[in-house]
Amino acid sequence: MSSREWTRRTFLQAGGACGVGATLGSALPLGLLDAAARGSVPQAADQVVPTVCEICFWKCGVNAHVRDGRVVALTGNPHHPLSRGKLCPRGTGGLGTLYDPDRLVKPQIRVGERGSEQFREATWEEALDRTAEGLRKVADEHGPEAIAMLYHGAGGSFFKTLMKGLGSPNVAAPSYAQCRGPREVGFELTFGEGLGSPENLDIPNARALALIGSHLGENMHNTQVQDFAEGLGKGMRLIVVDPRFSVAAGKARHWLPIKPGTDLALLLGWVNLLIQEEWYDKAFVRSQTVGFDQLAAEVARYTPTAVYQETGIRPELLVASARELAQAAPHALVHPGRHVTWYGDDAQRSRAIALVNALLGNWGKPGGFYMSSNAPLAAEAGLPAPPEHRPAADRKEGEHLFAGSTLASGLRDATLSGEPYPIKSWLVYGSNLPIVLPDPRKTIAAIQELDFLVAIDILPAEICGWADVVLPECTYLERHDDLMAPWFREPFIALRQPAVEPMGDSKPGWWMAKELAKRLGLEAWFPWEHPVELHHDRLAASGYGAEQERELVRTGVLKTEAGPMYLPEGSDYAYGTPSGKIELWSQQLADAGFDPVPVYRRPEMPGPGQFRLLSGRAPVHTFGRTTNNRVLLEQFPENEVWVNRAVAADLGLKSGDRVLVRNQDDAETGPILVKATERIRTDCVYMVHGFGHTSKGLRAARGRGGNDAALITRYATDPLMGGTGMNVNFVTLEKVEA
Amino acid sequence: MAPRPERSFGMAVDTVACVGCSACVIACKSENQVPDGHSRRWVNQEVRGRFPELKMRVWSDCCQHCEAAPCVTNCPTGASHYDLATGTVQVSEADCTGCKACMASCPYDARFVHPTGFIDKCTLCQHRLMQGRTTACVEICPTSAITVGELDDPGSDLSRLLRSRKTRQQKTAAGTRPRFFLLE
Amino acid sequence: MQQLEVVEFTTTRANHLVDPGLQIWGWEVPVYLFLGGLVAGLLILHSLVVLLRKEQDMPASYGIVPMLAVPLLGLGLGALFLDLEYKLHVLQFYTAFRLGSPMSWGSWVLLLVFFTGGLSGFSALTRTSWYRGSVLPKARRLQRLADFAGRRRRGLAKLNLALGMVLGIYTGVLLSSFAARPFWNSALLGPLCLVSGASAGIALAALLSRAPEERHLLVRLDLVLLLVEAVIVVLWLLGMSNAGDAGRDAVALVLGGSYTAVFWLLFFTVGLIVPFFLEIMSLRRRWSETLVAPALVLLGGVVLRFVLVDAGQLSAVGG
Ligand SMILES: Nc1nc2c(c(=O)[nH]1)N[C@H]1C(S)=C(S)[C@@H](COP(=O)(O)OP(=O)(O)OC[C@H]3O[C@@H](n4cnc5c(=O)[nH]c(N)nc54)[C@H](O)[C@@H]3O)O[C@H]1N2
Ligand SMILES: Nc1nc2c(c(=O)[nH]1)N[C@H]1C(S)=C(S)[C@@H](COP(=O)(O)OP(=O)(O)OC[C@H]3O[C@@H](n4cnc5c(=O)[nH]c(N)nc54)[C@H](O)[C@@H]3O)O[C@H]1N2
Ligand code: SF4
Ligand code: SF4
Ligand code: SF4
Ligand code: SF4
Ligand code: SF4
Ligand SMILES: [Mo]
Repeated sequence: MSSREWTRRTFLQAGGACGVGATLGSALPLGLLDAAARGSVPQAADQVVPTVCEICFWKCGVNAHVRDGRVVALTGNPHHPLSRGKLCPRGTGGLGTLYDPDRLVKPQIRVGERGSEQFREATWEEALDRTAEGLRKVADEHGPEAIAMLYHGAGGSFFKTLMKGLGSPNVAAPSYAQCRGPREVGFELTFGEGLGSPENLDIPNARALALIGSHLGENMHNTQVQDFAEGLGKGMRLIVVDPRFSVAAGKARHWLPIKPGTDLALLLGWVNLLIQEEWYDKAFVRSQTVGFDQLAAEVARYTPTAVYQETGIRPELLVASARELAQAAPHALVHPGRHVTWYGDDAQRSRAIALVNALLGNWGKPGGFYMSSNAPLAAEAGLPAPPEHRPAADRKEGEHLFAGSTLASGLRDATLSGEPYPIKSWLVYGSNLPIVLPDPRKTIAAIQELDFLVAIDILPAEICGWADVVLPECTYLERHDDLMAPWFREPFIALRQPAVEPMGDSKPGWWMAKELAKRLGLEAWFPWEHPVELHHDRLAASGYGAEQERELVRTGVLKTEAGPMYLPEGSDYAYGTPSGKIELWSQQLADAGFDPVPVYRRPEMPGPGQFRLLSGRAPVHTFGRTTNNRVLLEQFPENEVWVNRAVAADLGLKSGDRVLVRNQDDAETGPILVKATERIRTDCVYMVHGFGHTSKGLRAARGRGGNDAALITRYATDPLMGGTGMNVNFVTLEKVEA
Repeated sequence: MAPRPERSFGMAVDTVACVGCSACVIACKSENQVPDGHSRRWVNQEVRGRFPELKMRVWSDCCQHCEAAPCVTNCPTGASHYDLATGTVQVSEADCTGCKACMASCPYDARFVHPTGFIDKCTLCQHRLMQGRTTACVEICPTSAITVGELDDPGSDLSRLLRSRKTRQQKTAAGTRPRFFLLE
Repeated sequence: MQQLEVVEFTTTRANHLVDPGLQIWGWEVPVYLFLGGLVAGLLILHSLVVLLRKEQDMPASYGIVPMLAVPLLGLGLGALFLDLEYKLHVLQFYTAFRLGSPMSWGSWVLLLVFFTGGLSGFSALTRTSWYRGSVLPKARRLQRLADFAGRRRRGLAKLNLALGMVLGIYTGVLLSSFAARPFWNSALLGPLCLVSGASAGIALAALLSRAPEERHLLVRLDLVLLLVEAVIVVLWLLGMSNAGDAGRDAVALVLGGSYTAVFWLLFFTVGLIVPFFLEIMSLRRRWSETLVAPALVLLGGVVLRFVLVDAGQLSAVGG
C-alpha cells in the first residue's frame, strides 16, 4: 500500500498538469495550489514555524509548515489558546493570500489622476522619501493633527507609534464605529466595562444561549465557533433571533425570524417578561444592580402583544424563549454580538442586551461572562514624551459623548468638512476604506480634500488606487510584529514571526515605520534595530527569563497563570460604573439627555417593492480581504443576493438569475446571482459583504458578485457614540437578461 | 465483498457540531495536494420546510469507504482496491486506466479525475493513519465535528460515539455498507 | 391542501466532470457501445448464416459482413481509447481479470472477438477476387491460416455466435452493473443492447446486400427484432417507474424530462416505429425496398446509446 502512495507522491513532485475549476472556469489564473504544494504531503521533516494568523483580527496561533522555502500547509497551533490546534477555513486557506499572484511587491508612486490606478514603480528610497515629505509638509502647514491614520490589523502598532511621535491623536480603526463600538458602549454604561476581543463569553458552559443576529458558524471567529460547538454538544439550548435562517438558526431550538430593525422591542419585551414573571435573579439584582424599579416601570409597556406588533415574533415564541433563558440562568447568555452597527440605536440595543444579561445574573458565572485575565507584559519603555496636541478631530465638542475610541467615520467627516480642523493627509494601513466605511461617495470626496494619501497594503485594494504612494507590506507569514497579550480566559503572550522570506520587494510594516521615523526626525521613537529586540526588552521588563523567551519562539506562545474565571458566590465586584453597580437605569445617560432605559423607536421601514438590505459573513471569507484569495474563492466563488422564494417568484426571479441591486439613492451593484430561498423574510434581502471589487489589480476578485458597500449610501449615526448603522438602505432588484 | 481487513477505520460527522465552514475541505486540499478545481471533501446543506418552519442539516462529506464498494467491484484492473491494513478503499495510480467505471459506480460521486489521468478521492489520509496520526480534516475542524477511528475496536472514540448517538448512513439503498456515519 | 415540502440542497462540491451532474462519458462511450453492439450483431448474423448453411442465399451476410467486424470493432475501441484518462496505462486492462467487473471481462471478450472475428473476416477476405488476384495467397503462412479458417468454418461460427452474444449483452451489462445509476440499473439493458445491436447488424447487412432474396430475409428478421426491442424498452421503463423514488426520478428523464424528445421522437419513433412500418410495407410490396428503413434503424441504435449514456449519468440513488 505504502509503495503505491509513494508512486503518487513522486509523480506529484515531478509536477503534474493542473486542472481548471468547474466553477471558476478559466476566469481565474489558477494553478496556485499546485505551485504552492509542489512538495509533498507534510511530514515530520517539515520545518514548522509557529506564528499568528492575520486573515482576520482574531489572531489565532497558526503553524506554518515550510518545505524548500515554501509554506505548504497551515495548521492550528495546539499550544495557542485561541486556536487549540484548530483553524477556521480562512486561516487554513492563508496560502492563497501568501501566494496571491496579484500581491503588491514594489513601492508605487501615482502618475495618473487620483483613483485612476496609474502608478509607476519606485525604489524604497524614493517612496519613503516621498512619503516622509508628504507627511512633513502637511504637518508643517496644518499641524501634525492634520495627519490621520486609518488602520486595521496588528501591524498597525508601529505606525501608531509614528503618529504618537508626530503628535497626532487622529488614529482610528473601523472596528470601532463600524463594528463593535456600540456594544462596548452599551456594556460600559451598564456593567462599567466593555467586552473586548476575544469577548469574555463562557459559551462552553452556557445552558442557554441567545444570538441576536450573531451568525456564529458563518461568522467564523475560531475560538468562539469551537466554544459554540462545545456548548451545543453539551446540550446548550439555542435561541436565534435573525431575519434570516442562518446556519446557527438551523441548530436552534427557537428561531425568531424578527422583522429587521426591531430587536430593541424584542429585547425590552424579554426584560419585561423576566420582570413580570419574576424569572429574573432576584438576589443578584438586589445586591449587584441599581435602578430596578425604574427599569420595571419603563419596560412594562413591552408586552408580548405589543412586541409582536413591532417584531412579528409570536407572543408564545417570545415567552418560550425568555423562559428558556430564565430556566438556564445564571448559566444563560444573550450574546452581545460583535458587528452591531445596524440602525443607529445600536448602543441602546446593546444596552438592552446587557440588561437582559444582568437580569439573568450571569456576570462572573459559569455560562455567563467570565473574568478574563491577561499575561503581564510591560509597555515599551524609554520613549520620548509625546508632543502636546489638539483633541482628536473625529467629533465636535459635546458630540458622541460616550465614544470610547476615535471614530474612523468621524475622521472622514472632518476631512470632508474641515471641522473642527482640517485633516490633510491620511496614512491608511490595512483598511480598504471605500468598502469599509458607509457611503463610499463621501469617502472618495474626502480623499479629494487630501494633500497626501499613503496606503500600506499587501494587495492592490481599492484604497490603493486613490493613494499618492503605495507601500507594499509583506504578509503575516513573512514578518515580525509586536507581541500580543490579549485578555482571555487563559492569559498568554503570542509571537508573530516570519515563516518565509518576503515576496519581491515587499517589507514588514515595522521596517517602513522605522525608516519613515528616520526621515521625520523621530528616530528616538524606534530605539531598536529589529522587533526581536523590542520583544526581548518587553519580556525582560516583565520578568520573563531567557528560557521563557525561547519557549515563545519555539511554540509561538507563552502561557501564564490565569486568574479566577468566576466570581465567588456573594463577592462584591466593583463594577466600573459611577455607582459601582450594574446600572439598570443610567444616570449617565439621563444627565447627557438620553434615555436612561432604552426606548424602542420604530425605524423607517422599506416602501412597497423595496427590501431592507442586510449583509453578513461567509465562513470562508474575511470582508473583502480574501475575495482575491484563490484557495478560498474556490470554496465560495461569489456572493448571491438572498431573496425570499415567494417574493422572487412574484418578481419573476429564480435562483441562478442575475440581478442589478439598486438602492433608494440610485446607487447600484451587480449583476449578482439570485438565491431564491425559504431562508429569509419577505421584507429584506441579504448578501455576503466583501464582493464586487472594482480594483484592476485584484484580478480574481474584480467584478465578482455584488458590493453591499456600494449600496450603503445612507447610514444612521448612533447619537451616543457615533457608530454608523448600515442596515438602513432599501433596495429593489432588476433582472439582467442573460 | 472485501476480505476481512486487519483494522477497519471509519468516519463520523456530527451534524449538530458541523457548521459547514469548509476548513476540512481546504485542509484536505493542502495536505493531499488536491489540484485546483477538485475536492476530495465537500460540504452539504439541506434545508427542508417552508418559512418559518424550517429544518437544516449541514455536514461535510467524502468517500464513504464502503465495505461493499461498487467502485472496487467494477474496476477492471484492480486499481481500486480494499486496503486491508486500514479497511479503507484506495486507488493505485499505477494500475488506473482512467476508464471511469468506478466513478459511474459510486453512488456518492466521491471520485474525480485527477488531471494526471488517474482517479482520485479521499484516502482517509491512509498515509497518516499508518503513522498513527489522525486525518488532516479531523485535525483542523474547529467544531471537532469529524471523528475517525477503528470500527472494530469497541473502545475507540468512534465506536463510543456510534453507540451513544443516533446515527444515519447515506444511500443505504445502494447496498454499499458505508463506513461513514452522520451523527444526528 | 397541504403545501409541498421545499427542499433546498446546496453543496460546495464542484468537481470537474462530476458536478453539477456526472459527465464522465462524452461521445466516445456511446459510439463504442454502438459499434460493439453492431459488431456483435454482424457476427451473430454471419455465424447463423454459416451454421444454417445459408451461404448461397445470403451472399452479403456471408461474404461481406465478417470483413467489417474487426475494422468496426477497431473503430469502437479507438473511441474507447480516446475516452481513457490515463492512456499510457491502457495495457493495465490485460494485467488482471476481474470477474465482478463487466468492463474487465468485456475487455477480454473483445480480445477474443478480435481473434475469432478476425479469422472469419480473413477467411471471407480470402474468398474475394481482390485477394485471389493479389500476391497475398503466395504467402505460405497466410495460406495456411486461410485453410485453417476454411476448415474450421463451423467451429469458428459457433465461437463467433457465442462471443457475439456475449459482446452484445456486454454492451448493456456494462451499464446495468452500475447500480448507482437507476436509469441503467436494469437486467433488461443486456438484452436490449443485444437486440438493438443485432438489429443494427442486420440493418447494415441489408444496406450492403445486392440480393433481393437476402434483403427480404433480413427485413423479416429485423421486423421481429424491432418488435422485441420495443417490448423490452417498454418493460425497462415500466420496471424503472416501479423502482422507488430514484427509479421514478430516473425514468422522468425520458418521461417529461430533458431527454423525452430525443428518446421518443428520434429513437423510438424515427429509429424504431417508422422503420418497422416501412419494413412491413415493403414486405407487403406497398413500398419499394429502399435504404431508408435500415438507415433509420442504425440511426436509432446510435441515438439509443447516446440517450442511455447521457441520461444514465444524470440519474442517482437517493438517501
Ligand atoms: N458594508 C459593510 N461595511 C463593513 C462591514 C460590513 O459587514 N459591511 N463590516 C464592518 C466590520 S465588522 C469591520 S471589523 C470592518 C473591517 O474593516 P477592514 O478590516 O478595514 O476591512 P478589509 O476589507 O478586511 O480591509 C483590509 C485591508 O487590509 C489589507 N491587508 C490584509 N492583510 C494585511 C497586512 O498584513 N498588512 C497590510 N498592511 N494590509 C493588509 C487588505 O488587502 C485590505 O485592503 O469593516 C466594517 N465595514
Ligand atoms: N468568516 C468570517 N467570520 C468573521 C468575519 C469575517 O469577515 N468572516 N469578521 C469578523 C468580525 S470583525 C466581526 S465584527 C464579526 C461579525 O459577525 P456578527 O457579529 O455575527 O455580525 P454580522 O456579520 O453583522 O451579522 C450578520 C447577521 O445578522 C443578521 N441580521 C441583519 N440584520 C438584523 C437585524 O436587524 N436583527 C437581527 N436580529 N439580525 C440581523 C443577518 O441576517 C446575519 O445573519 O464576524 C467576525 N467573523
Ligand atoms: S479566526 Fe480564522 S482567520 Fe481569524 S485569526 Fe483565527 S484562523 Fe485566522
Ligand atoms: S471543518 Fe468541521 S465544521 Fe467545518 S465543514 Fe468541516 S466538518 Fe464541518
Ligand atoms: S463512496 Fe464511492 S468511491 Fe468511496 S468506497 Fe464507496 S463506492 Fe467507492
Ligand atoms: S478509472 Fe481506474 S480505478 Fe477507476 S475503474 Fe477504471 S481503472 Fe479502476
Ligand atoms: S480523510 Fe484525508 S483525504 Fe479524506 S477528506 Fe479527510 S483530509 Fe481528505
Ligand atoms: Mo468587525
